[in-house]
Amino acid sequence: MKLFPIRGGIHPDYRKELSSEKAIVALPMPAALYIPLQQHIGAPAEVLVNEGDPVKKGQMIARSGGTVSAPQHAPTSGRIKAITAIAAPHPSGLAQTTIILEPDGKDEWGELPEPIADPFTADTHTINERVAASGIVGMGGAAFPSAIKLNLGTQKKLEILLLNGAECEPYLTCDDRVMREYADEIIDGARIMAHALGVPRVVIAIEQNKPQAIDAMTRAASTFSEVEVVGVPVQYPMGSERHLVQAITGRETPAKKLTADIGVVVHNVATARAVHHAVRFGRPLISRVVTVSGNAVREPNNIEVPIGARVADLIAFCGGFAVEPESLINGGPLMGQPLPGLDVPVIKGMSGILALTAAEINQQPASACIRCGNCVTICPCGLVPVEMAAFIRKDNFKVAAQLGVMDCVSCGSCSWLCPSHIPLVHYFNYAKGMINAQDRERRKIEQTRILAEAHTLRVEKAAADKAATLAAKKAQAAAAAAAKEKDETPA
Amino acid sequence: MTFLSIKNSAPFTHQVSSVQKIMFTVLLALIPATAFNLYLFGWPAILLFTVTVGACVVVEAGCLILAGQPVKATLNDYSAVLTGWLLAMSLPPWAPWWIGVLGAIFAIALAKHPFGGIGQNVFNPAMVARVALLISFPVAMTIWVMPHPLFSAGAPGFFDAIAITFGGQMPDAVSAASALGHVKTELTRGIPVSQSMVQAPDLMDMMLGYRAGSLGETSAILILAGGLFLMAKRIISWHIPLSVMAGVFLMGAIFHAVDPARFTSGTFHLVSGATFLGAFFIATDYVTSPVSKKGQLIFGLGCGVLIWLIRTFAGYPEGVAFAVLLMNALVPIIDQYTRPRAFGRNRKGEPLPLGKENP
Repeated sequence: MKLFPIRGGIHPDYRKELSSEKAIVALPMPAALYIPLQQHIGAPAEVLVNEGDPVKKGQMIARSGGTVSAPQHAPTSGRIKAITAIAAPHPSGLAQTTIILEPDGKDEWGELPEPIADPFTADTHTINERVAASGIVGMGGAAFPSAIKLNLGTQKKLEILLLNGAECEPYLTCDDRVMREYADEIIDGARIMAHALGVPRVVIAIEQNKPQAIDAMTRAASTFSEVEVVGVPVQYPMGSERHLVQAITGRETPAKKLTADIGVVVHNVATARAVHHAVRFGRPLISRVVTVSGNAVREPNNIEVPIGARVADLIAFCGGFAVEPESLINGGPLMGQPLPGLDVPVIKGMSGILALTAAEINQQPASACIRCGNCVTICPCGLVPVEMAAFIRKDNFKVAAQLGVMDCVSCGSCSWLCPSHIPLVHYFNYAKGMINAQDRERRKIEQTRILAEAHTLRVEKAAADKAATLAAKKAQAAAAAAAKEKDETPA
Repeated sequence: MTFLSIKNSAPFTHQVSSVQKIMFTVLLALIPATAFNLYLFGWPAILLFTVTVGACVVVEAGCLILAGQPVKATLNDYSAVLTGWLLAMSLPPWAPWWIGVLGAIFAIALAKHPFGGIGQNVFNPAMVARVALLISFPVAMTIWVMPHPLFSAGAPGFFDAIAITFGGQMPDAVSAASALGHVKTELTRGIPVSQSMVQAPDLMDMMLGYRAGSLGETSAILILAGGLFLMAKRIISWHIPLSVMAGVFLMGAIFHAVDPARFTSGTFHLVSGATFLGAFFIATDYVTSPVSKKGQLIFGLGCGVLIWLIRTFAGYPEGVAFAVLLMNALVPIIDQYTRPRAFGRNRKGEPLPLGKENP
């Protein structure tokens, strides 16, 4: 298959060898599971259980809270211990409502929805309903409810389902392992998704540094002519949705549009596996594979983790820390977020937990920009980080926006490369936040202005009406008086 | 800007590079040419080189203290050493000590710090200093000596060198013209290039550097080696060096073909004067050159053409410093017009229309 070049990009140390040869192992059931209601983009789920309720494995314990939302299911059987606010796996560490489940050790399945007998004759709606009810969200990290994306075929003309197995972030090997060990399940899930989307073609893109995954997937796909497995160049951020679509199709997604607008829908490989489970067995998304790695961890590993297990449980399973980590991260080192602590739970979009040493991070104090231009050369989005940063430093968000800061995908390539160690992507994220806040403020002021104007108009109209009524009354009275006078006038 | 510490923000990995490492690598690349020329021009050159580099570091420290910036951390980035080094390379090898010291003041206190220090200056500090010295002290800045290799017969000893550098006692009859200067003088006397070139050093000597010229610029071949080393280390790319040389060479070649009596050849322009030093080490200065590759090509080509124009038509035999400074002034506008096209947008910054996703 002919591939197309993508712009820029970097080649960081991949360090995948720490965990890439570790087969997926199941985490022993922890003493408690912590299931937050907000594990996805959109509205939080709504609780369906009460404290003290017994639950079975796979039972829905919180339902979808809106059009963009996803339900939560019990990852094992047990008892609802509490429904309370605890720290979320988010850099802020802010608390959010969480269902605490105490496993009973029996791991008994509850009643599951019937498998969809022949998914390839089922209609889009049936499959999407199952995917939605199974609480499946994008497992690559963005955690967007998958059923919504599977519905795109009814709105747009689609050609390709692109399965993202690039896994371009350093350290992460969970997708690699899932592809090696569950290739058939992924291919089946992908074919079901393609059917729901109504696309004739499935392309599975995997970075060439995962030859075994490419082999396994190619073998699994060999009996299906519509499925193609492609090895893509090792070039961060190849896994960025828009860039992967460009590499595969040569098409550039226009700004402010979705890849679906140019006929391509992208899903993560692990999401396809979850769809397979939901459709073929009625099993909801209650676990996921997480890579625990970094030089501060004693034994890096790929672990099948019930949703709600705490990060501390995973670290303990990996033999604890070899040294005190400098940073504890949710996700990959280039786009991941710091974890507020060890007590936060694993959620559906969490692909990696990295405990890194200072030497691995190699962040040094920032020095002055020397305009080396490397950030311009490597920006995969064709932006000019050096100039954007200069304006943001002066709080000039207007020019930063004109220079395209809102198009930045926060891949972190510029920061990784900068010889002055300037935290460029941090500047851009900050600017994006400020620009969004300013937009909101502007809209609010505009709204207030419109309401105030309407109010003034109303008051004026009321006054005018009143005056008119008064005048009319006066006129009437005058007319009446005149008439009376006329009457009284002696003829 | 007002936000919290960056310790806890992505990316949590970083390549092993720093401003200090970059500057250090450039210094390494300069060593062969410098060492050879210091050998060639002997003790006076070594003294001048030491004074110039030392003065730059001292002036930088003084400026940092005045500006209230961290002194040690910034001095450690070697940028002042590099400026001094490049300035020294562009001076007449036996120039007196105060040329080096004044040059350091011009470079650091005039061209660099008033703009805000490292990374902020618009003009190349070393070239500002060279031009300011050349205009202010035309005599001292144009006394060229023939090579007097260390320990060879007739070469000044250490104490003679002290007298030359610090006492201003130039021995008689050592001065010579640089090749560019020679050709230019002869032209003004009505002697055509074809004739004056006979007395110019042959091409091989010029390539090696065995000729009169500035302290560090005469050996085109060693400077080229340093430049290639920097390219291999990915400190610089080919864009600026190649376009500078292409500009000089093409202009020279075209006009030489038209009128060989008036115009020297493209090859002569390439190997004489500071073309190689300018192409690989001066024009490639990050701070004062464009950030995009396309911009760098335009910048380099502009430098090359200007070098040729100044050498050929202006009052000075050499044009690298002037050409680079003129192009430095254009960098902001070059940067503005050579911004890359953003992903998903056209050149004007508007989103690509649907159905035309293959720009």
